[in-house]
Amino acid sequence: MGATHHVAADYFDGYSVVGLVAVVGVLFVAVAFGAGQLLRPTAPTPEKLLTYECGVDPVGEDWAHTQIRYYVYAFLYVIFAIDAIYLFPWATVFAADGFGGTTLVEMFVFIGFLAVGLLYAWKKGVLEWT
Amino acid sequence: MSDVLEVALRLLAVLAAFLVLPLLVGQAEHKAMAHMQGRLGPMYAGGFHGWAQLIADGVKFAQKEDIVPAGADRRVFQLAPAVALLPYLVVLIVLPVGPNGFVGQVVDAGLFFVLAVMGVGVLGSLMAGWASANKFSLLGGLRTAAQLMAYELPMLLAAASVAMAAGTLSLPLIVEEFEWWWLPWQAVGGLVFFTAGLAELQRPPFDMPVADSEIIFGAYTEYTGLRFALFLLAEYAGIVVLCLLTTVLFLGGWHGPWSDSLGWLWTLLKGTALAFVVIWLRTSYPRLREDQLQRFAWTVLIPLALAQIALTGVVRVVAQ
Repeated sequence: MGATHHVAADYFDGYSVVGLVAVVGVLFVAVAFGAGQLLRPTAPTPEKLLTYECGVDPVGEDWAHTQIRYYVYAFLYVIFAIDAIYLFPWATVFAADGFGGTTLVEMFVFIGFLAVGLLYAWKKGVLEWT
Repeated sequence: MSDVLEVALRLLAVLAAFLVLPLLVGQAEHKAMAHMQGRLGPMYAGGFHGWAQLIADGVKFAQKEDIVPAGADRRVFQLAPAVALLPYLVVLIVLPVGPNGFVGQVVDAGLFFVLAVMGVGVLGSLMAGWASANKFSLLGGLRTAAQLMAYELPMLLAAASVAMAAGTLSLPLIVEEFEWWWLPWQAVGGLVFFTAGLAELQRPPFDMPVADSEIIFGAYTEYTGLRFALFLLAEYAGIVVLCLLTTVLFLGGWHGPWSDSLGWLWTLLKGTALAFVVIWLRTSYPRLREDQLQRFAWTVLIPLALAQIALTGVVRVVAQ
């Protein structure tokens, strides 16, 4: 029991240093922005604050309607990404003693599913941008 | 007490590397690109071959007015550069440079951690694209999103192949397990990983999200001064991280002659060579069109990555 506590403590120790580096990063950005505020001039005019569109006055709404062509890609991505996440824990043990052939067959089933899914999407014309 | 000092030193070293290495890559890009195009590049700042050009640029950026467009979503607009930049600093601390614990911090699931944190950086571009309230920025942001979705996947799959080969997710252990014959064995995965990484950084030829001839500068169009400089720094920090990570995963990191004493040098040399390739690609390839970008990821890189996983699995199990 004591040993597990110790291991867990070691494990999170690593992340505390990683957390510290994130804090250092936030400080760096804060100092940079703070120093920038002291160094730079501030002289806003209405023209400066206008949305930039090639030098002419902006036309219409700024948050424009746009056709999102890739929502099907987004679905595909979510499916594949979740599959890929499960690869990582499996990757560390699949070649361990006594797994060998079985995990290899499993892997080909897995890749087969992904490949068939991709082929299906391709055949359906989902992978066309236009 | 000495523990505190050591941690402080490590943090300082990582911060220094984070601030200096991107500038070195940037300067190398200025000069290498110029010579490839028959120019000299910066020659005046600092005297010797314009070595201080980027420092001069930094001074200039710090003095420029910080403009937030009237229509913009102010807070999100201002925070976006920090979100784009900081993930690369956090990633740097877990990248192993040399043997015997020459690493900012050992994290057990290092590979997983690195990939997860690198994904956060793209949020900065998305925030900038949306918050700018500019049509070109919005288009750039949406292209960034599409590109992330297409290229994250081959990157994950190629990285998983290395994890399979080494049987661990810890970056130092992956390098320790490395043998020379991994180079041909993991070559396809390495190419897929590096290419997908370039695309995630939106470097040429995958720079459609910032295509200047179409959408000005994409998500960064409305940025000025220091915040713009931070976006640029993020791009070059991204190059540093990608090159070092590819070195660690696919090129054997610190392995090389006299690696016990000179291991760190090997890591840096291999990373430098890759950074040169990144610059070289920028001068040699035209920009891919948006539909070509998507097709390349889904119909070339992902099948290749799946094939690499199959190859890795078979070799690993059969070789036992």
